[in-house]
Amino acid sequence: MDEMTVPPVRRIALDHEPTVVLPPVNGNGPAQAPAGLARRRPAEPIPVRDRMALNGLSVRYGDQVAVRGVSLNVRQGEVLALIGPSGCGKTTLLRTLNRLTELTPEARRDGRIVLDGEDVDGLDVTELRRRVTMVFQQPNPFPMSVFDNVAYALREQARKRPGRAALAAPVEQALRRAGLWEEVGEDLARPALRLSGGQQQRLCIARALAARPEVLLLDEPCSALDPLSTAVIEDLVVELRRDLAIVIVTHNLQQAARIADRVAFMYLGELIEEGAAAQVFGAPRVTRTRDYVRGAFG
Amino acid sequence: MAAVAPQRTAAREPTSTWRLGDRAALTACWACGLALCALAAAICVFMLVKGLQYLRPELLWTHPVSGADQAGSGGFLDPMIGTVVLTSLGTVLSLPLGVGVAVWVVEYGRPGWLARAVESAVEVIAGTPSIVLAIFGLLLFQQKVLGFLSFQAAGGAVFGRSFFAAGAMMSLIALPLVFASTREALQSVPQHVREASYALGKTRIATIRRVLLPAARPGIATGTALGMGRIAGDTAIVVILLGATLQLSPADGPPLVRDLKGTGSTLTSYVYNNSPAGEGNAAEKAYAAAFVLLGIVIALNLVIDRISRRGGALSWTR
Repeated sequence: MDEMTVPPVRRIALDHEPTVVLPPVNGNGPAQAPAGLARRRPAEPIPVRDRMALNGLSVRYGDQVAVRGVSLNVRQGEVLALIGPSGCGKTTLLRTLNRLTELTPEARRDGRIVLDGEDVDGLDVTELRRRVTMVFQQPNPFPMSVFDNVAYALREQARKRPGRAALAAPVEQALRRAGLWEEVGEDLARPALRLSGGQQQRLCIARALAARPEVLLLDEPCSALDPLSTAVIEDLVVELRRDLAIVIVTHNLQQAARIADRVAFMYLGELIEEGAAAQVFGAPRVTRTRDYVRGAFG
Repeated sequence: MAAVAPQRTAAREPTSTWRLGDRAALTACWACGLALCALAAAICVFMLVKGLQYLRPELLWTHPVSGADQAGSGGFLDPMIGTVVLTSLGTVLSLPLGVGVAVWVVEYGRPGWLARAVESAVEVIAGTPSIVLAIFGLLLFQQKVLGFLSFQAAGGAVFGRSFFAAGAMMSLIALPLVFASTREALQSVPQHVREASYALGKTRIATIRRVLLPAARPGIATGTALGMGRIAGDTAIVVILLGATLQLSPADGPPLVRDLKGTGSTLTSYVYNNSPAGEGNAAEKAYAAAFVLLGIVIALNLVIDRISRRGGALSWTR
């Protein structure tokens, strides 16, 4: 299963060379994967357990249907990548998982989302969003210190707010899990917006982890970052999947190939194909999926 | 065949090839900028020269008294206190009002027609000349129900002029500036920053308090500085609503309340009264007071500039 086809690298057409390098069909696999597209994957298997289940999920914005009848399982121990061309509903689907679409007044949702056996509609929305946290495309630390950013989710809105001393340990732990402690641990009072872009994004991950969520949603978390920061975050995501379920939206097929265990391909709001990463990239069942992962459109 | 070095064309077209009209317009724009600098420098230099020429230290700590000549009419301690008190009062009233209205308009703003009506109302206030606000304020504060805010005669007649009355109207001068800059600052916070807070299980009100208001702080400070400058510089409201009495004249009541219920003057009304156009006609003192006023306003701007820059000019990618 480790022998998998990687997505093709697109090239600019020169002297009638093919614009797309086509890997062989039927999953026989190429002789070897191109260098640099190795999977970021530790060898030993990780126990998998169901966290979220989507059943017949549809989202409309007014008359516009953004997501159409999607059923999908989100599991801890796996990275689920949502891929597909722009406007296919990946981000809407992601934002529905923590009911963030409800901030858009004209958005309407049908279908069920279940988190650990509970319908998310029955959960208090603030509780749901603490259990299913999210990292955005643009790094968006709050205009406060590094410490306060990470402690943000831990500080309750009620009268009894935990003191700084009580927060120090969980803040350190979240920063360590996000791989940022070595860089910022010395000076937690520094304004978060002074960090570099990659550090800011890892701070946003730390902030999302501090709430001890069960599911982490990532909406193209690396699209604004340089390759080195991207590599650090990809390693982090692969590592984090032991403790929580991860759903990542990405435009970058190579990234999906590097980090995902399961891949869901969406097109025009519909879930076209979902399966193990090796299967979706190596032996897609649906023609449209095959065309997309080979770069024929999108 | 010898390779010919490629000739680079000029990055910019030389202005000598421009049409005459364009060249004239460019020169005119350039001259306008220069003229503006000259004007600002002239005001500063003129006030510096005149001010330092006539400003004697004792003017700053002696009370003004009525006198026939300039030597016997005292200093301008009371107007200075008046300026500080009135500016503080106006700011304290306008700051929560302006920030609150801006937060509502940007973050809630429903129903839409009400938000538009609120914005129009602020624009109307911004467009009202301060003398009109002053006359309106006099009408308002002479009402019996508001008699507790100013001096009240034994017969029950309400004077309607006090620091309270003038401060309330002054806050309306600062309000549109505070509102506009707070609104701008809130609107410039990208939507995904708000969503990041909601996505951590925070409510809208917690997001406003913990994320949006800190982010808008530089904007709020800028609006406040502009508003304070306008309050410190306004004369019409002082003359009509503060009584423009030479000295601070407290009314009855506990300390502080007594002073705020009383009348007084500010540096602007002092300058006006002592200018050749006013009753006092002590031009030297007017220059000295104008110099102090300019100094106070510039110092104020510097302080607020400092506050707003704390944390640096930081922002998000959109």
